[in-house]
Amino acid sequence: MKPNAADYLSREEFEALQLRRLKETVTRVYNLVPFYKAKFDEVGIRPQDIRSLEDIKNLPFTTKQDLRDHYPFGLLAVPMDQVVRIHSSSGTTGKPTVVAYTEHDMKVWIEVMMRSLLMARVGPGDVVHNAYGYGLFTGGLGFHYGAEALGAAVVPSSVGFTKRQLMLMRDFGATILCSTPSYALHLAEVAEEEGFDPRNDFKLRAGFFGAEPASEGLRQAVAEAWGIKYFEAYGLSEIIGPGVAASCEYGELHIFEDHFYPEIIDPATGEVLPEGEEGELVFTTLTKQALPLIRYRTRDISRIYREPCRCGRTILRMGKVVGRSDDMLIVSGVNVFPSQVEHVLTKVEGLTPNYVIVVDKRGVLDVLEVWVEVDERIFTGDLGSLENLKHKLEEELANHLFLRARVKLVEPKTLERSMGKAKRVIDRRELQEKLGG
Amino acid sequence: MRSQYAIKQLSIFLENRKGRLKELTETLYKAQVNIRALALAESAEFGILRLVVDNPEKARSVLSAAGFTVKEQSVFAVEVEDKPGGFYQVVKLLSEADINVDYTYAFVGGGDRAVLVFKVPDENFDKALEVVYKGGIKLVEPIFFYGS
Repeated sequence: MKPNAADYLSREEFEALQLRRLKETVTRVYNLVPFYKAKFDEVGIRPQDIRSLEDIKNLPFTTKQDLRDHYPFGLLAVPMDQVVRIHSSSGTTGKPTVVAYTEHDMKVWIEVMMRSLLMARVGPGDVVHNAYGYGLFTGGLGFHYGAEALGAAVVPSSVGFTKRQLMLMRDFGATILCSTPSYALHLAEVAEEEGFDPRNDFKLRAGFFGAEPASEGLRQAVAEAWGIKYFEAYGLSEIIGPGVAASCEYGELHIFEDHFYPEIIDPATGEVLPEGEEGELVFTTLTKQALPLIRYRTRDISRIYREPCRCGRTILRMGKVVGRSDDMLIVSGVNVFPSQVEHVLTKVEGLTPNYVIVVDKRGVLDVLEVWVEVDERIFTGDLGSLENLKHKLEEELANHLFLRARVKLVEPKTLERSMGKAKRVIDRRELQEKLGG
Repeated sequence: MRSQYAIKQLSIFLENRKGRLKELTETLYKAQVNIRALALAESAEFGILRLVVDNPEKARSVLSAAGFTVKEQSVFAVEVEDKPGGFYQVVKLLSEADINVDYTYAFVGGGDRAVLVFKVPDENFDKALEVVYKGGIKLVEPIFFYGS
């Protein structure tokens, strides 16, 4: 059987499979994880009360804070002697979140990574240049194992040493690039600086990009800079790592819902929203053994669609992640997602989407600034055209955000560009509050 | 005429940030590039420094390497007598030919002759050279700026 056979099951087959697995998972966590037993008892629900998939709405949510509160192994449903892998977040925003895998979990992870990579028909003969971070971060090893299982040659380059990476990509004839989208763009920029033409001097044909939000403009910029097909990899370590969803050749993001059951909820009330509506994505793992999660709140804002895709897959689709419920900035009472700002910036022709959003307080008022890099592609040498650009951006931002934002043009590469996740927002209001200012 | 009289001018984008001009001039000094003429255009938040230097290729490469955004453009230079009406003569010729002057600035050197640098829209560049030349104004060859 092909590793991606499940992508084409009928809806009836799917739902029967999901219900069976959901019942098993709920029974397991109730019996094996004291945290879940206490939470279920609190709302008066028992595993046998789950009779249909709809009944999932009666189960309590799990949050990142729950994982932190039970650091490191408090939520595990298996004894440590069954754990074969442990990953962890960096913990920069609090205590690290720890995730563990049994041998079976690893098989599931490899399967969904294979299904992701098969979207681009990755297989023997492909050279997969894997520039996701190796180590505690799930990105590197997730792609590594999936590509290897498909018989591709994997180059485990990890992040950093950009010029050396480019040399390896050229010399080894990389056909597939795996990285964050911002790093893929950075690689293309450095390739150009080094005198290469990324579209013609490399053999890349496709890339799998994820681990950070990317606007349509950034996707296009990456695809155009390299002349490749852009595939999106969506995932989060709490659920499994990369491999929760992947985009097909039509750019539609398919959720591997035989393993991860999705719901969209209203982030404020927790109510399940009707199909197609925008809200917070919630996942229940259906097959995980070491760290099953019930209705885990991803904080990602998206939609889900059930109708079949042009690619023939029957597994449902999620919309692009438009923001994170905890990345959402509230500026002067208006909700602002960094992705909206990025969308505006990339609409303006020729603009490299490298920017930082700065929110500050002037007196009692919130002030929104967008710092945009002026690089050689937009710099005409003319003062007037830069001023026009600034005004045009300010106008477009006001139209899209329903809020005044001041655009500040800055010199290239002065903005902080991390090798992994790009830091896009500086909220100085928090700092002032912490300092008591 | 373009190939004979076009002079390479570098425009550099500068944030109005403390020390940035110092870093730029230091970069040129370390590369032993001599600035022959300059002008600074500025708005409230950023500016554009325009330079004519003795070695534009070298200047461009060291500035790019130091992280500056540099754009190369063609300008032309004329030599007029350093007396009332010298500047007027040239501007009048261009104006009569309906050529808009984007900006202009003077050469830093001394003497009884004044050297003026002109930037006109690129599509009018050849016409401007012709008008000025036919008007009896002396056009300055690039060697005047580039030669050591």
